[in-house]
Amino acid sequence: MGDLIDGFRQAFWLLATLDADLIDVTLRSLRVTLTALAIAGCIAFPLAALLAVRRFRFRRAAIAVLNALMGLPPVVAGLIVYMLFSRSGPLGALGILFTPTAMIVAQVVIVTPLMASVAHQSLRDLWAEYRDLLISMNATPRQRIATLLWDSRRALITASLAGFGRGIGEVGAIMIVGGNIDHVTRVLTTAIALETGRGNLSLALALGFVLIALAVASSLAVHWLGRTETEERW
Amino acid sequence: MSALLPLRARGAAVRLRGGGSVGPVDLEIAGTGVTVIVGPNGSGKTTLLKMLHGILRLSEGEIRWACPRREAERLQAFVFQTPVVLRRSVAENLQYPLRLRGVSRREAAGRAAQWAARLGLEAAMARPAHGLSGGERQKLAIARALATGPAALFLDEPCAALDGAATRVVESVLGEAAQAGTRIVMSTHEIAQARRLATEAGFMLHGQLLEISPAETFFAPGRGGPLGAFLAGEIVG
Repeated sequence: MGDLIDGFRQAFWLLATLDADLIDVTLRSLRVTLTALAIAGCIAFPLAALLAVRRFRFRRAAIAVLNALMGLPPVVAGLIVYMLFSRSGPLGALGILFTPTAMIVAQVVIVTPLMASVAHQSLRDLWAEYRDLLISMNATPRQRIATLLWDSRRALITASLAGFGRGIGEVGAIMIVGGNIDHVTRVLTTAIALETGRGNLSLALALGFVLIALAVASSLAVHWLGRTETEERW
Repeated sequence: MSALLPLRARGAAVRLRGGGSVGPVDLEIAGTGVTVIVGPNGSGKTTLLKMLHGILRLSEGEIRWACPRREAERLQAFVFQTPVVLRRSVAENLQYPLRLRGVSRREAAGRAAQWAARLGLEAAMARPAHGLSGGERQKLAIARALATGPAALFLDEPCAALDGAATRVVESVLGEAAQAGTRIVMSTHEIAQARRLATEAGFMLHGQLLEISPAETFFAPGRGGPLGAFLAGEIVG
């Protein structure tokens, strides 16, 4: 019990003094996940809109695959990215294994299906509402997709926040492809795993507080956005 | 502008998803004026309008405009019975179809303001369209349809959700649009409205267009058959 209290005290001290290592690791975590989020959004949202608007042969199958990929274990995603970028892998020549870039790739793989699936659900509902009007107005497929994405921008932000929550707290994949190298690829989650193993519980705890704060902030934001959405129907 | 007309439907029919069908319909819409389709609920008025507008796939027959299809699509507008409003402000709703056609932002804003004023929506321009009442939404949908200056305008029961005052505004706007050369094709289940607006009228029953004729003939006293009964206010169907 004394350990825990001591740990808490030191953790708060690290936070209060803005410990350099703590800041370094936190910023890297944010950079990796936010970059991954931006890339994933560019893939997931147009894909979700296309799945909502277009009727093609394997549409149902594509949606099923997307939903199934949401449950892809991050460790396995990490393993696949590792094999792709390892020296003997097909993309080994790029030499990005054990760099933040590889971590971003892994997080894109993990987060994209989640964001696409969440976005698809609301885009599909909006399309049901707009369909007749947009067809009647003779909007081109591109205009239809742009209209849907713009008018459901709140739902897309919600999808992004869900993606952020998943990315920032993920440890398996980035551990494998990043390697948890100090000052290079160490992020909040991998640092917690390492410091706990080393017995440096106060630092692990301080890192944990930051992580919890980020995760809670993103889910509070989801909750808040969800409420304003039902109130104003934007 | 009248390059769109005449519209000719020959043996055009649509199979409905829940079984049953509408048509085959033979009809020609030409010249100017207001064609009003009447008939009981479920008689196929909505389907007929959507079919003529070209947003339903025909199972038989054909519908031809006097100009190529792509051009014809640009020259028409449709107002749905339950108005569809975009989750945007009233002003943005009005500008939307203009922006789709590549009209500049400034000109679209000007035309939107003009049409909003015509239908009494100018005070609501900045409000989200989803917050409008049913009647205001319908006015918005009509203003949005007319703002593109269509050669043909289809309206499905445009006044079903409106009170007397709003109905009067809508009827006068539609009358002016018809005067200005927009060919109007609309449905209603209110015979009094059909009498006020129609230059030509059609009667739908059980998915068939039983009659389409100039208003004087259509509403002439002493009509027999189901149309006579319907005009007399009896329940048909």
